[in-house]
Amino acid sequence: MTDALSRPTSVLLVGGTSDIAIATLHALRSPVLRRVVIAARPSEGRDAVMSDLERAGYLGVEAVDFDAADTASHEAMLDASFAAGDIDVVLVAFGVLGDQLDFEEHPDHAVEAAQVNYVGGVSVCLRTAQRMKTQGHGALVVLSSVAGERARRSNFVYGSTKAGLDSLASGLADSLHGSGVQVLIVRPGFVHTSMTSHLAPAPLSVTAEDVADAVVSGLKRGATVVYVPATLRVVMSGLRHVPRAVFRKLPI
Amino acid sequence: MLSVFDAAEVSAAVVDAGARGVLARGAGRSYGDAAQNGGGLVLDLMGRTSFDVADDGSVTAYAGVVLGDLIPGLVAKGRFLPVTPGTRYITVGGAIAADVHGKNHHRDGAFGDHVRWIELITADGTLHRLARDGSFDEQRIFYSTVGGMGLTGVIVRACFDTIPAPTSAVRVDTERFNDLDSLMAAMVAGDDRYRYSVAWVDGTAKGAKLGRGVLTRGDHAQVAEVYGQPLKAIPTGNAPKLASPPIPMSPLNRLSIGMFNEAYFRRAPKHRVGEIQGLAAFFYPLDVLAGWNHVYGPGGFLQYQFAVPDSGADVVRSSLERLGSIGAPSFLSVLKRFGPGRTRSPLSFPIQGWTLAIDVPTRVNGLAGVLDGLDELVLAAGGRLYLAKDSRMSPHTLESGYKQLDEFRAVRSDLDPRGVFTSDLARRLQI
Repeated sequence: MTDALSRPTSVLLVGGTSDIAIATLHALRSPVLRRVVIAARPSEGRDAVMSDLERAGYLGVEAVDFDAADTASHEAMLDASFAAGDIDVVLVAFGVLGDQLDFEEHPDHAVEAAQVNYVGGVSVCLRTAQRMKTQGHGALVVLSSVAGERARRSNFVYGSTKAGLDSLASGLADSLHGSGVQVLIVRPGFVHTSMTSHLAPAPLSVTAEDVADAVVSGLKRGATVVYVPATLRVVMSGLRHVPRAVFRKLPI
Repeated sequence: MLSVFDAAEVSAAVVDAGARGVLARGAGRSYGDAAQNGGGLVLDLMGRTSFDVADDGSVTAYAGVVLGDLIPGLVAKGRFLPVTPGTRYITVGGAIAADVHGKNHHRDGAFGDHVRWIELITADGTLHRLARDGSFDEQRIFYSTVGGMGLTGVIVRACFDTIPAPTSAVRVDTERFNDLDSLMAAMVAGDDRYRYSVAWVDGTAKGAKLGRGVLTRGDHAQVAEVYGQPLKAIPTGNAPKLASPPIPMSPLNRLSIGMFNEAYFRRAPKHRVGEIQGLAAFFYPLDVLAGWNHVYGPGGFLQYQFAVPDSGADVVRSSLERLGSIGAPSFLSVLKRFGPGRTRSPLSFPIQGWTLAIDVPTRVNGLAGVLDGLDELVLAAGGRLYLAKDSRMSPHTLESGYKQLDEFRAVRSDLDPRGVFTSDLARRLQI
C-alpha cells in the first residue's frame, strides 16, 4: 500500500536490470519500502544488480525469471511476484533499441524487436492491470519514448514499437480510471544509458536519474503522461504538426 | 461498499468474504487508510441509528450511531459523552475501534474506558457479547477490540457509560503563552484542576516564540453559572454546516497560514476566566465547516500525532523545530496531556505524558525525511504514533511503539486465522 507521501512498500521492476529501472528504484526508496522484485533473464547482469541492491541495504530483494519475448511465461512470472502480497508499483522498463539499418536489412530482427517491445509489453501490462484491479490499488509505470510520438526516418521501427506500447498504456489508463489503479506513461527523449552509450546524444538529452525523478513526481501527482525533460511536451507538440516534407529532412 | 443493517446481514457478508477480506467502516473520519480495504469489501453500518439512554445514563447504541446524534438526548437527561474527539461526526463503532480520546483524557481516559460491553461479529460469522468484566477469554477479545481498528471483527452494538453534565454549557478559562516552555509548565501545573484541557500551538512561530499557544480549559457549567447569562441558542446537535467545495488551488500557503496563526494567537485573551461557551463551540470548533480538510488543496494533508511519556517532553519542541525548518506550515497543532493509558488494550494509543497532533500539507519538500526522523525521536523517547491518524509510518515504527503488538496478533490469529478482517492500514503496516 502506497502511503500518503506516495511512497510504495513494494516494487516490481520488469526489465529490472536496466539503468532506468535501477535509478527509479533508488528514487522510490524509503523506510517503508520492504519488497523489491527484479524480473529479468537469469544472467550475470541480474546477479550483479541483486548483490548491488543487497549491499546497498535494500530489504526483501528477490529475483524472478523474465523473458520478454516468451509471453507464455509471463503469467507465471506475475503470479510469483504477486504471490507474497500486494505490489504498489510495477515498472515496465524492458525493451531493445536495435539499429534501424539492421532492421531494414533483416526484417526478422525488426519482428523480434516488435515482439519484445510491443508484444511483450501488451502481455505484461494487461496481466499486471488484472492483478492491480483485483487488489484495488497500484501504479503501472510504462516506459514509452518520444520516438513513438511521431516516427522518424532514423528509427521508425523502434518508434513504432513504442507507439504501440504507448497507445496500449494510454487506453489502459482510461479503462482503469476509478479502479484505484494509476497508469503512468513516461516519454523520455534521449537518455544516457548503457542502451544508448554507442550513440551521439540528441538535444535535450537526460540521465536515468532525471527519468526516475519524473516518475516519482508523476506518481505523486497522479499523472498519466510525463515527458522527460518536461519541455519535450511542447517540442513534440510542435513536431507533430511539422509538414511531412519538412519533417523528413530534419536532422533528428 | 455494502450497507448492512442487522447482525444477520453482517454475519452473511463476513462468511462470504472474498480473498481481499472485509472491514467495517464507521463515518470514515480517520485521517489515513484505516477504513479502506482496497479490492475488498467495506461494510457500512450507518443505516441503523437507534439507541437508548438508560436511567443510569448508560447508552446502548448500534455501531453506526453518530456521536453527535446522541448529544441532544444526553444533554436533556443531564449527561454528556464520556469522551469526545474534536469532531462529533464519528460513530460509536469507530470510537471503540480507534479508542478515541478527547480533552479530558488526563482525567477520564479514552472512550474504551467507559465501554461496558461490545457485541462483535467474528470471522466465523458468530455474534459474541463481550463484557468488560466477563470471562478471561471474553476480556481478552474485549480489550483487543478496543483500539483494534476493526481487525478483530465487526462491532455491531455497544453499551457505554456517560458523565454528568448539569447544563449544555462549558465554563472556560483561556490563557495565552508566548513560548512553549511556559505553556507546557502551565499544563503540568494546572490541568488537574480541570476536566477538559487542550492547547492550540502556533505551528508557524519560530525562535523565541516557538510553540507559543493558547490554552483552553474548562468544566461543564453548573446551572447557577448559566442562569441569567445572555446565552443564545446553544447548538448541541448537528448544526447547519457550511460546505467547502473541493478547490483546485489551496488558499493556504506559508503566508496565509502564518497570518491565520498570528491572528488566532492575538485574538485570544491573555487570561480570561469563567467564560460560558456552548458545547459545540467548545468541543467541535471545526465541525461548522463540512470538509474543511479541502482547504489544503488537491494535494491533501496528513496529520502527525504522537504520544510520549513525560520524560520525552523534548520531542514536542524538536518536532515543532524540525517541521519549522522545512517551512511546513501547520494550520492546526494541538498539544495535550494524557493520563495513564490502558495497557490491556494492545493497540490503544494513549500513554501517560504528552500528545501533539500537527497537520501539514503533503506536498511540502523534505516532509517525508523530517517525519521519518521524528519517528525515531518518538520511539527513542518510548512513544508511539496514533493509528487512526497514520498514513505513512513503517511497520518497524508500529512494532517499536506498540510493544504488545504480538499479543494483538495472537488474539487476531485465534479469532481470524484466515485473515478475513483486514484494511489498507493493516496491509501497509503488516499488523
